[in-house]
Amino acid sequence: MPGGLEPVAVGRRLFLRYSGAFVAGGALLAACKNEENPITVSPSPTMVDLGSGDIGILNYAYALEQLEAAFYTQVMTTPYSGMSDAERTILTDIRDHEIIHREFFKAAIPAANRIADLTPNFSAINFADRTSVLNTAKTFEDLGVSAYNGAGNLLKDVNLLLLAGKIVSVEARHAAVIRDLLNPKSADFAGDDVVTPANGLDVVRKPVQVLPAAQPFVRNTISGANLPTV
Amino acid sequence: MNLLNIISKIEELDVEAADKYSFYSRRNLIKFGQKALTAAAVPTLFAATANQAFAQAGPSQAAIDVLNFALTLEYLEDEYYRLALNTANLIPAADRTVIAQISKHEVAHVVLLRGALGAAAVAKPTFKFGDSFSTYQKFLGLAQALEDTGVRAYKGQAGALINDKSILQVALQIHSVEARHAAQVRRMNGAKGWIGTAGNAPAAVYAGEEATMQATIDLVALTGKSAAAVAEAFDEPLTKAQVLAIAGTYIA
Repeated sequence: MPGGLEPVAVGRRLFLRYSGAFVAGGALLAACKNEENPITVSPSPTMVDLGSGDIGILNYAYALEQLEAAFYTQVMTTPYSGMSDAERTILTDIRDHEIIHREFFKAAIPAANRIADLTPNFSAINFADRTSVLNTAKTFEDLGVSAYNGAGNLLKDVNLLLLAGKIVSVEARHAAVIRDLLNPKSADFAGDDVVTPANGLDVVRKPVQVLPAAQPFVRNTISGANLPTV
Repeated sequence: MNLLNIISKIEELDVEAADKYSFYSRRNLIKFGQKALTAAAVPTLFAATANQAFAQAGPSQAAIDVLNFALTLEYLEDEYYRLALNTANLIPAADRTVIAQISKHEVAHVVLLRGALGAAAVAKPTFKFGDSFSTYQKFLGLAQALEDTGVRAYKGQAGALINDKSILQVALQIHSVEARHAAQVRRMNGAKGWIGTAGNAPAAVYAGEEATMQATIDLVALTGKSAAAVAEAFDEPLTKAQVLAIAGTYIA
């Protein structure tokens, strides 16, 4: 896979499951055969449509949780050199939380409306390098927080709003801890780059801003074209 | 009220805060310089949010009630950190940056909520913190309880704001900041950043956090993960009554 740093175990499993279920393209299947060489992604990558209404927002969250779960699974499958015991505990905890989130959405979204398993693209991440891993973790967590913050008022069902609230604060906890690993005992856990000093508000992003930021980490093309915007 | 008005109001109300902001803004500039692409969108976004939230025709009475409830909690947190930072020999030098950052946000939340509520804003209660400033460990213990309670309080009110979309968004943006605070304070207090075991806070603060069922799904059975991991993965809400019972301990 590209760069040789692809999360082989997870990426390939997800990839095979996905392609097995939906794609019979020779180029895609052939690409799986050699883990050492870059995958040739189909020139028209499989589109994933998140759908509309509350279900669309659930799929949106499910997509982000799939991405996070795959990332931390790879982090703990190939730990970076020099990972401390404390970091190992933290990153294992976060991996488990993200897997639980992913499985929750998978179980909660009706199968007929649920998006497929996504194929991550982590080729830009150096999993052997602490800084690369933690900076990516920071990006994912901050993006997740801003995404949930922006999705709350797109939901119609008050019960789903509460569920999203139960998850977003855990993502914010992750973000703070990862940021503190990168720069201990600094202001970065809730840094001025994410919490506007003048009003104390965290970043908020709507799907139209989140999806382009997440897209480089996913091989499927994700479409939020049918998501609610108000 | 637009963003500029809010900022000028902050400066009017709290000269000290204005000083802090100018101090931080210099650092902010450097950071923004490094991350110009990602940071550039933020001020625009906020301006839009603030305009929608506070210039809208009329928030519902439910929203006003939530904002005043939130303001009461922010008054409490603001005063707690302000007093702590002003207590000699309480906060070790190495931890002051963190506590000052939290305090800065609580100041900003009070100003934001008071600005939003205008004449409808509740007055600041008189608080009593007992011996919480007698040792650093006691200070951190109550700080953890207040932050985790704050997270649970905002979460519990989200549903009441579902018809006030702009205010809901702002409330969520405060909620996640409180969660960042909570995680940091918990770790400085020797706990994990996420809520699994209660630690040294009053039991009421963590009532119900052990839940492993979400939307009728048994997540331990589904995932094979431990009950602790499942409980950590979802933060639970508190009702207004539960929160006020906790906060009431600190209101004179």
